[in-house]
Amino acid sequence: MTTLTPITIAERPDLTIRARGSRLDAAFRGLALAAGLVVLAVLALIAYSTVDAALPALRAAGLEFVTSDRWAPNAPDGPHLGSLAFVYGTAVVSSIALVLAVPVSVGIALFATEIAPRRLRRWITTAVDLLAAIPSVVYGLWGIAVLAPNITGVYGWMHRTFGDLPVVGALFGPASSGRSFMTAGIVLAIMIVPIITSITREVLVTVPRGEKEAALALGATRWEMIRGAVLPHSFGGTVGATMLGLGRAMGETIAVALVIGSRPQIVANLFATGDAMPAVIVNQFGESSGTFRSALIALGVFLFVLTIVVNFMGRVIVNRVQVRFRGAA
Amino acid sequence: MRKTKTAWLSLFLVLGLIAAACGDDDSAEANDDGTDTTAAADDDGGSDSLSGTLEGSGASFPDAFYQAAIVAYEEATPGVTVIYNAVGSGQGKSDFADGLTAWAGTDSLVKEDEGLDPDEFLYIPTVAAPITVSYNLSGVDELQLSPDTLGAIFNGDITSWDDEAIAADNPDVELPSTAITLAVRADGSGTTSNFTKYLEKATGTWTLGSGDTIEWPSNAQAGQRNTGVAQIIQDTDGAIGYVDLADAEALGLTYAAIGNQEGEFVVPTLEGTTAALDGAEIADDLTYDPLDAAGAEAYPIAAPTYVLVRTSYEDQATADLVIDWITFLLTDAQDLAEDELYAPLPDSLRDRALAQLDQITVG
Repeated sequence: MTTLTPITIAERPDLTIRARGSRLDAAFRGLALAAGLVVLAVLALIAYSTVDAALPALRAAGLEFVTSDRWAPNAPDGPHLGSLAFVYGTAVVSSIALVLAVPVSVGIALFATEIAPRRLRRWITTAVDLLAAIPSVVYGLWGIAVLAPNITGVYGWMHRTFGDLPVVGALFGPASSGRSFMTAGIVLAIMIVPIITSITREVLVTVPRGEKEAALALGATRWEMIRGAVLPHSFGGTVGATMLGLGRAMGETIAVALVIGSRPQIVANLFATGDAMPAVIVNQFGESSGTFRSALIALGVFLFVLTIVVNFMGRVIVNRVQVRFRGAA
Repeated sequence: MRKTKTAWLSLFLVLGLIAAACGDDDSAEANDDGTDTTAAADDDGGSDSLSGTLEGSGASFPDAFYQAAIVAYEEATPGVTVIYNAVGSGQGKSDFADGLTAWAGTDSLVKEDEGLDPDEFLYIPTVAAPITVSYNLSGVDELQLSPDTLGAIFNGDITSWDDEAIAADNPDVELPSTAITLAVRADGSGTTSNFTKYLEKATGTWTLGSGDTIEWPSNAQAGQRNTGVAQIIQDTDGAIGYVDLADAEALGLTYAAIGNQEGEFVVPTLEGTTAALDGAEIADDLTYDPLDAAGAEAYPIAAPTYVLVRTSYEDQATADLVIDWITFLLTDAQDLAEDELYAPLPDSLRDRALAQLDQITVG
């Protein structure tokens, strides 16, 4: 028979929870802090080095960089480095993408959570997620090889049908070829459907079952239930998903570069060729040097700032909407 | 402890011996197949076996030729790996200036703000190639364009194919009233630069300046690289654009005969390009401008391309490698050029380029 001799904490301090925990805790805290700091440091370094590289162009172009739409680095009357046409192109293409993608994505998400039979749901989700796995250059190649040559007929029809309407008619001008704002917008829309759909779906799933059942119990049809119980509850999340999609659309480079036509101009006609900020950078960086290269980097910085602003605005909207719909819960 | 150390040492020794033996084998093989490479190696001061990796980057325009030459060179010179990344002339020059590469390919000359001193590097011309003015116009298989008409078309002043100026160049052709679509480069490009330099030099109608990127008129459509431009021309009735000969041939495009300095209309051919090189004035640093060159046979829109090498390399081995590789480009590889639709250098220019290599030093 053995007797257990009690030991005191004073003898074995390493066995206390506090002693072991505090050392591990400290190590973990340090690691986590370092990880967090690395992100900030990388961000700061990127911001510093790009701004530094962009300065010569900003100095040379001055205010013209943000006020002019003339991009002519080799013009006979001296270089013109205005970025507005690219900003416009990025805005137009992203807007087209959102207008096309958001209704479709919300529709898919609603179908997959509320309407589709249980067995079909997983298939739909997988199919949509597969869209996200396709590399963007494949979308671009599809756009240039399949979509652009075949869609000109549709553009022509839209021009004949809507071209004479007041005000909005200007949007549907004559189509010269398939390379245009519209084609780029369509390709982008397909690319951002997966991200918007999957986040919206996650949000829809969180709608409390009780609220839905309450709506049905009150005699609401399925549509009334969705409108009254599901959509308000998930509005904030859907806006957030849209903003993430917008972020992706604004930064998408190669697919847009392939189908937008690469002629910087500000025109209302959606079927005209244009250019976008990431597209011009990827197209012209290889052969650039000196001030011109610096101007392309400045465009990148500008895009960076715009994306941050958009993301920030998205967050603000989400917060406000959430407060409105959930009350200050 | 001591025992393991000796074991490791002897292992290294054995491995070293094997490696040395392999090296000997390789150079023996080289002697068997490629007599020219050994001759070249003898030229540059007695290092009997070349080995290592030679990295270069730059212009995409001569890429097809360089890649074909690299395959042939590596076959003839086992143990040597040559790499060429077609990242664009601008990036190639910047890699070279930063010391990342031992040689660079460029279509454009080095500018002052590109970080290279004029006495730091040498230009070596390698090949040239015609830039075709290809078009797609249903019912028209033959087209002649004088320089002034060409300038006005790309300037956006002529927007319809039945314009008087085009008709005056082509009295026997019935021209449709199709609208003109200009097919141009979306990416910054040495081809654009050479084409617009030609328009600036040879025409009185071109006003948009010259360079890698041009502010094109509104009837322009831009495509990526030569292939992209060729694609637009193939897809669009009424399109006209500038494409290198290889891509124009690959897609079976029709191209226009361009009026040269003597007023002759000449279609783009390799012979016409070499003729233009013959007619061009060559500067002391071996840069030359074959655009709108003299000579009745000369095709006026020919683009030169250069390799940049350093005047001084840090070690003998790299210098030997560079000299051997560039010598190969200028001698044996010149026969490969025509297969890839590039025009070889005329003998006079080639000899001067080879002589230029003697200036390379070590230290």
